[in-house]
Amino acid sequence: MASPLISVRNLRKTYGSGPSAFEALKGLDLDISEGEAVAIVGRSGSGKSTLMHLLALLDRPTVGTITLDGTDTSRLSARQLNRTRNSTFGFVFQQFFLNAQATVLDNVTLPLKIAGASRRERTARGMAALAQLELDDKAGNRANDLSGGQKQRVVIARALINRPRVIFADEPTGNLDTATGGVVEDILFDLNRREGINLVVVTHDDDLAARCDRGVHLRDGLVAAREEVAA
Amino acid sequence: MRAVDIVGTAFRNAFRAKLRTSLTVLAIFIGAFTLSVTNGLGTGINRYIDDTVASVGVDDVMTVTKASDDEAAGDGPAEYDPDRIEADGPPGTTAVALTDDDIDTIADVAGVLEIEPVKDVAVDYVRHDGGDRYTLAVSQFVPGMEVELTAGDQVDLDADDPQLVLPEDYLEPLELGGAGDALGRTVELAVTDGTGTQVTTEATVVGVAEPGVIAMAGAIPNDALTEALYDLQSTGAPESETTRYGEASVWFDAGAGEEATQALQDRLADAGYTAVTLEEQLGTITAVIDAIVLVLNGFAVIALIAAGIGIVNTLFMAVQERTREVGLMKAMGLSNGRVFSLFSIEAVVIGLVGSALGALVAIGVGQLVGGVSGELLPDLPGLTLLAFEPVTVAAVVLGVMAIAFLAGNLPALRASRQDPISSLRYE
Repeated sequence: MASPLISVRNLRKTYGSGPSAFEALKGLDLDISEGEAVAIVGRSGSGKSTLMHLLALLDRPTVGTITLDGTDTSRLSARQLNRTRNSTFGFVFQQFFLNAQATVLDNVTLPLKIAGASRRERTARGMAALAQLELDDKAGNRANDLSGGQKQRVVIARALINRPRVIFADEPTGNLDTATGGVVEDILFDLNRREGINLVVVTHDDDLAARCDRGVHLRDGLVAAREEVAA
Repeated sequence: MRAVDIVGTAFRNAFRAKLRTSLTVLAIFIGAFTLSVTNGLGTGINRYIDDTVASVGVDDVMTVTKASDDEAAGDGPAEYDPDRIEADGPPGTTAVALTDDDIDTIADVAGVLEIEPVKDVAVDYVRHDGGDRYTLAVSQFVPGMEVELTAGDQVDLDADDPQLVLPEDYLEPLELGGAGDALGRTVELAVTDGTGTQVTTEATVVGVAEPGVIAMAGAIPNDALTEALYDLQSTGAPESETTRYGEASVWFDAGAGEEATQALQDRLADAGYTAVTLEEQLGTITAVIDAIVLVLNGFAVIALIAAGIGIVNTLFMAVQERTREVGLMKAMGLSNGRVFSLFSIEAVVIGLVGSALGALVAIGVGQLVGGVSGELLPDLPGLTLLAFEPVTVAAVVLGVMAIAFLAGNLPALRASRQDPISSLRYE
């Protein structure tokens, strides 16, 4: 098998210092292959959010390396980190984080705006992403006027807009009822299967975790058990 | 993120909390309006003074008087000086007269191109066609001087026949008809000669002057008329009386620069004379106006600083409100610098809107005031009370935007330093 897309070695993250220091991750190793859907599960305080933040390059580890596509991410400048997060990653959050006042289209094209795309390109790609999620008729609506499921689909459209290689989803169905949650899950796994986009899902939901290729169970900052794939 | 998108987003963000932003804009508006009005007042009055300069004299002439060694009032009685004569000013003001010797001395000072003693002519009355008699002050015309005329021409200094420009308000009493009708008419002027006899001479009206402010209220004669009147007035007077002048006009090379002018003034001072250029005479007035405007501007700036604190407050609230939004944008790769620009430009937008509105309303008020100031201040015809120089208005707007930018720095810095993880954390 080819070298993994994301490779984590001896990852440690300590918050604070001195006697009050808290070690959230205690030397963790993890490989995520191209096109894989990985669920990070564990109880709260197990370090799964910390791991996702580190993988998503939102934070830097205290010790250890994260290699993304063969590049040691600790060597990247702030500018390169920003560009990587903008173009390689997509984010889906439990609480949507949509700008309630802005239109659906403006919300979806925010990453493109940050990347510096022209208005024409933003509109074209935004509409395409919305069409993919069957929301193109809602493009002009304000984000606030949508239902929960629609909002989460807007968030997925936003995560897709830059054609990312990895989508980080933090409790993507946490705020949705079972039926809508199921639809959102279907969309995410469909993207994973058909477009080869990696999924890194942080969740409490065992059903969601079970649909992933593999679950990484964290306990007290270490991988407790995992279903190994052929290395 | 493109610059145009940053500005556009900042613009939209500024008006997301409409009431809050409007109140901050209002505070800026009040400051900018006050600043614009005070500046407009200064510009208007100074411009009015500048406009009237031409009718007072020309800029290559200085007025020379004999330096008086006046002792300060309260130091006991001043010693008698036989050359002391009445001078303009409060009753009792006197000046030391210039004699023909003085005129020759001044003429010899290097840099003096020409000297003309100012011949004081006291006209007893003016009369037209045997009608009623009216008092009339006569001033001296200096070449290059532009009296604002309603009709006719300036007096011809080289003409041999006596001419004069009459103030407009003499037309009706003298029954000269309209301004156009008065031209070419002959009026009778009377002076008292040295023996106490009243004698008359005639002059042709060549122009009708608009009432002015700093401009002399009286009639302006040409040289021929001044000579005629002075000769009549001097007839029978002792020699010492006729060769004494209150002041003299000295022509100099204005193009030689301020230093040369100052040097000439110094040389005249060394010779015992006081020389004042027109610019200096007006300079005192404009300096006072500038000082008043400066003080008023000071108050306006205080108001603007208070408004600036309002911007700080508004933006801190906005940063607080948009914590998650900022965190999200940072997670999506927006750099700290761009976050900083987003918020500081939002502050500049508030400043721009407030100051542009303030300046526009000030200009509007200027138009309104301009419409009624003619009735409020009938003695100052031609005065635009509030005048606006594009440069000054632009400076006010840009200045307010700069203050707003500085005010926005603190909240913008806080926003740019936000940690995306803690911003996006939820309980």
